Amino acid sequence: MTALQAKHLSLRYGHHFVFKNLSFTVEDKDFLCIVGPNGSGKSTLLKCILGEIKPSSGKILFKNGSKNHHIGYLPQNTELNPIFPASVYEIVASGALNQIGPFTPYPKAKISSVLETLQLNTLKNKSFQELSGGQRQRVLLARALVASTDILILDEPSNNLDYKSKQDFYKILKKLNQTTTILMVTHDLDHHNLIGNKILSLDPNLPFFGSTSDYVRRIHAE
Amino acid sequence: MLSSFIEMLNYNFILRAFLAGIIIAICSALIGSSLVLRKQSMIGDGLSHVAFGSAAIATILDLAPIEFSIPIVIIAAILILRLNQNSKINGDAAIAVLSASALALGTFLISVNRGTNIDLNAYLFGSILAIGQHDLIICAILGFIVVAIYLCLRRQIFAITFDEKFAKAIGLKTELYNTILAILCALIVVVGMRMLGALLISSLIIFPSLSALYLSKNYHQNIIISLIISVVCFIIGFTMSYAFNAPTGATIVLTNLIMLILCWIYNKLR
Repeated sequence: MTALQAKHLSLRYGHHFVFKNLSFTVEDKDFLCIVGPNGSGKSTLLKCILGEIKPSSGKILFKNGSKNHHIGYLPQNTELNPIFPASVYEIVASGALNQIGPFTPYPKAKISSVLETLQLNTLKNKSFQELSGGQRQRVLLARALVASTDILILDEPSNNLDYKSKQDFYKILKKLNQTTTILMVTHDLDHHNLIGNKILSLDPNLPFFGSTSDYVRRIHAE
Repeated sequence: MLSSFIEMLNYNFILRAFLAGIIIAICSALIGSSLVLRKQSMIGDGLSHVAFGSAAIATILDLAPIEFSIPIVIIAAILILRLNQNSKINGDAAIAVLSASALALGTFLISVNRGTNIDLNAYLFGSILAIGQHDLIICAILGFIVVAIYLCLRRQIFAITFDEKFAKAIGLKTELYNTILAILCALIVVVGMRMLGALLISSLIIFPSLSALYLSKNYHQNIIISLIISVVCFIIGFTMSYAFNAPTGATIVLTNLIMLILCWIYNKLR
């Protein structure tokens, strides 16, 4: 089943097109890596998918015609206030706020299960400030999973991670991809070659949408 | 100090100011945490100057200052919020323009209407004599509204404070919650200005939350510690001002400053 479909998507500011006539389809349990040089519109495309920016023309359709509210989102770590006093549990639980009302308790079973999956149980009372870069990314991933297990959107999640943390993080993503559709903006071609099954390249010199293996072949051919 | 505390509460006007102050201290600590953590502390400062300008207009027109100021300061709060989010003008610059203009307008109007016998200092630096029975009732009602709304929306407020982009992405009505926060801040500023003054009320919003940052490990703890610090500093400052016949607002702010320094030292030493 199609999880997300972009149809003839264009965005322009004045006469300048950020992207033009972009079409791609993401099926359930796909792992799509969005690549391209700086300024090619990767983050802007994410903003369109998240509903932050309205495209100039074209449409983004989600599964069953729903809006973007079933998305689990992992923003770039650098955008958060590093001294914010929040516990791991508080952050992860906040992912459930799109499913509950002001007087409904947090879904504890779901939160515990996600904490367990991402091996965060022992850290749940720790402060976000005290965590390493890799642990912080796992916390934010857990929050995204509590928000939704339909589609995960990850914005350059491996930024600021050392090699070991990066490897661990990608292992987790690969495991999650067995049940969850993932869209990931990345610069890290070495790794996404291993884990993503589809590539969307916004590089104006190498526009591409298709399987990772075809993309690799095309790079080698050029 | 204990004897001073018991003695001062025998006076009705002081008791009214004390109760109003406790309510303001609780409310400002609740909202202050969110403003400080979002680096929007200056919103309180900007709004207090707008409250001063509107109170000056109300007094000249012989209207009730609190009732007249509430809608004006709420509009200013929403305006500041929009300028922060959408305008090409830098958010801090927008707040500075609004607050300086309102302060200038208030001072100008009071100066050219000297016949109306308005005490400029009472508005700028506050006065416990200003808290009448009617003010206390309004303060209690607004305090109840602020606390009730905060308790209902505390988790949503946490979400937009920690990561607004994520909150928006998962479908939370972030603009609505931001507007509610701005309105709550406006209410606190209006009722607090009568006692602490336009120049000092914002410190009651900022100082306890800043102090609590040095002591807390999670958001819930941050709110509780901020509340305790705010109320304790208010009681100490209020009592000291009575004991030493010092200005109430200034004494409370100085108590908060000492607390902030102590919390900073504790954080460095532990």
